[in-house]
Amino acid sequence: MRENLHRFFRAARGAGVHVSPAESIDAMRAVKQVGVSDRAILRDALLLTLAKSQDEKLALGDCFDLFFSQPEPRQDQPEADNDEASEDADQSPSSSAASEAGEGRPPEGLGPLAQMLLSQDRNAIAAAIASASGAASLSDIRYSTQRGIFSSRILDAMGLQRLRDDLDELTATNPALAERLRSALDALREAVRDTVSQGLALYAREEAENLRNEILRNAPLARIERRQVAEMRALIRQIARRLRERYSKPRKRQRRGHLDVRRTLRRNAAWGGVPFLTAWKRKHRDRPKIVALCDVSGSVAQVSDFFLLLIHSLHEVVDDVRSFAFSSHLIEVSEILEKKSPEEAMAEIMSKVGFGSSDYGSSLVDFEKEWMSTLTPQTTVIVLGDARSNNLDPRADILRRVSERSKRLVWLNPEGRLAWGFGDSEMPRYATFCSVVRQCATAQQLERAVSNIVATYQ
Amino acid sequence: MAEQKASTSIEAVESGLAAQGYIASRQIATAVYLSQQIEKPILVEGPAGVGKTELAKAIAAWRGMKMIRLQCYEGLDEAKALYEWKYAKQLLYTQILKDKLGEVLGGAQTLHAALDQLHDFGDVFFSKEFVEPRPLLQALEQPGGCVLLIDEIDKSDAEFESLLLEILSDFQVTIPELGTVSAITPPTVILTSNSERDLGDALKRRCLHLHIGFPEQRLEERIVESRVRGISQALRRQMVGFIHEIRSLDLKKLPSVSETIDWARVLVLLQAAELDTEIVKDTLNVLLKYEADIEAAAPQVTTFIAKAARSNVFG
Repeated sequence: MRENLHRFFRAARGAGVHVSPAESIDAMRAVKQVGVSDRAILRDALLLTLAKSQDEKLALGDCFDLFFSQPEPRQDQPEADNDEASEDADQSPSSSAASEAGEGRPPEGLGPLAQMLLSQDRNAIAAAIASASGAASLSDIRYSTQRGIFSSRILDAMGLQRLRDDLDELTATNPALAERLRSALDALREAVRDTVSQGLALYAREEAENLRNEILRNAPLARIERRQVAEMRALIRQIARRLRERYSKPRKRQRRGHLDVRRTLRRNAAWGGVPFLTAWKRKHRDRPKIVALCDVSGSVAQVSDFFLLLIHSLHEVVDDVRSFAFSSHLIEVSEILEKKSPEEAMAEIMSKVGFGSSDYGSSLVDFEKEWMSTLTPQTTVIVLGDARSNNLDPRADILRRVSERSKRLVWLNPEGRLAWGFGDSEMPRYATFCSVVRQCATAQQLERAVSNIVATYQ
Repeated sequence: MAEQKASTSIEAVESGLAAQGYIASRQIATAVYLSQQIEKPILVEGPAGVGKTELAKAIAAWRGMKMIRLQCYEGLDEAKALYEWKYAKQLLYTQILKDKLGEVLGGAQTLHAALDQLHDFGDVFFSKEFVEPRPLLQALEQPGGCVLLIDEIDKSDAEFESLLLEILSDFQVTIPELGTVSAITPPTVILTSNSERDLGDALKRRCLHLHIGFPEQRLEERIVESRVRGISQALRRQMVGFIHEIRSLDLKKLPSVSETIDWARVLVLLQAAELDTEIVKDTLNVLLKYEADIEAAAPQVTTFIAKAARSNVFG
């Protein structure tokens, strides 16, 4: 049982539940108290001790059901059983007459595996598979590509080599029995394959997810496929949560060591100026204030979408965000984004300003006319766009004024550095007025960029 | 054998709580049983009004123990949760004992000698007498054990959580002047949280995590039965069915068990024999606490009553 619980903890980790050694000890103690006879109670006890949130409870519940859908693989394996059973059903009528006699006394000189297969002892076979998968450390499986190697490892551990020799021998001496053994071997292979697949589902989920996320993080946002959009949204939400956790609790950074003489004296006036209570100088921190200007034309639209989603899900960290979208002219979109779901909001924004050819000059003019006054020395202005202005006047002078009025001006460009300045790209002219210019094409770059911006306020 | 005992003990917990008017689901009973057996606190999460605080009260009543409650709020600190020195008493005693002190120290010739003599008395003024125990310390000092309810832990600051860690894992606190105070009998600790903020992993790790959601229909009927006298079975079933329909709506604040009980009382007071549109619309403000929610639910009332009645026939 202890063995099985350990395997369950591994599976739980695979399902994304963090199980520390201390928690596994607690779970062990709990299981010792409630016993294993009642599965519902066992499930409750494990959920109580291991899961730490409602999400984890759901994940762990599913994991439990999958894991114990084959209660203690040491004894039986339903999938393996079924295969064996169907094999039985197929075979028994045809070969019964020939083998009935042989059933009682397995042929001499055969290896243990061959004898087991021929005697069709399902429980013994299942137990052998289980112990062989233990020997082959099936719980280390990580990727679906490892299925083959684990299957062969398990078969080897069960003594496939010996079985092959037996088979060769039998083909010469007793073809009927060899035939039976061969089909039993096929069934065994199938059972092992199923065991490995189940192991993969149990132990490798986390790894597979990490791998997929890793790929997704580094995929260019502008070119991801439609079916990946939902996954990407989930990923962006995850990133937002991480950033929130990192930055929402402002660390107390009182600069102890610098005495605030004025406040100390004032506070201790009651004691005739004898400093009982000291006051220390504190470092002043600006509240994050962000103004985001997003190009929503053509290929940049997708990146802007994700950027806006990210920046607006950072409520706890930056409560003051104003977003503007532009292609040929510029409008404020903060309210649309606050009120509607990401999908609806983006559709509405696109219907209002999207699908135009971008004109950075006139968009900047729009911004200066109406919203220049919102910029304060605490504001970080973020422009997200490829700076391709269709050879119209870039109005870099407005950008200079924006930069002068604000704390920082950050330009995020989805295009690679190589493309800046070629064709109608105005990037080099704009870049002179920006505090930071970075490429921002993938989720990872997006995270770094936003993280850096928020960090400047800490 | 032990397993047999476990399931019967869990049933015993269930019936024990039921005797106090708290109808517990199997999960809750298992959690209570386990927390007793492996001496771990229970962290209860769930929406407001599902009976998190009630659970602690029921446990205390069932086991005949005192319940000590610590209500958390922003700014709660050591002095209010753990212990405090009785400054006034200390000052008063020094004043009263002034003469005595003079006598005792009178024989000393030099300042050093006086100081040495003073040291011999030990820390008279920092002894147990001058400690004002607050809920956490009180809980440890109960000779017969007690139920310690730390209510709405999510409302307190993150620093306070760290303060709790020592108590939760070892049932002891350290007071610098006195040393470590261990529990005489480890108290049963219940923490509740409305998930307003995420609690730290260190705290969660030390607790059994129990989530109480809205109960199933059957369970909720039993809860109403035990809590509200004089409500007919038909009406009970109908109203619980109705509330379950309401919970399927997308509302700001879903009605929880406490609202169900309130509503049942109101219906009994109004001597309603069965639900009809009129009476439901009149009493909807008992169930729903926001104007926008009432507006959203009002047009659906008739359909919900019909649905609840239909499920009544089959269920």
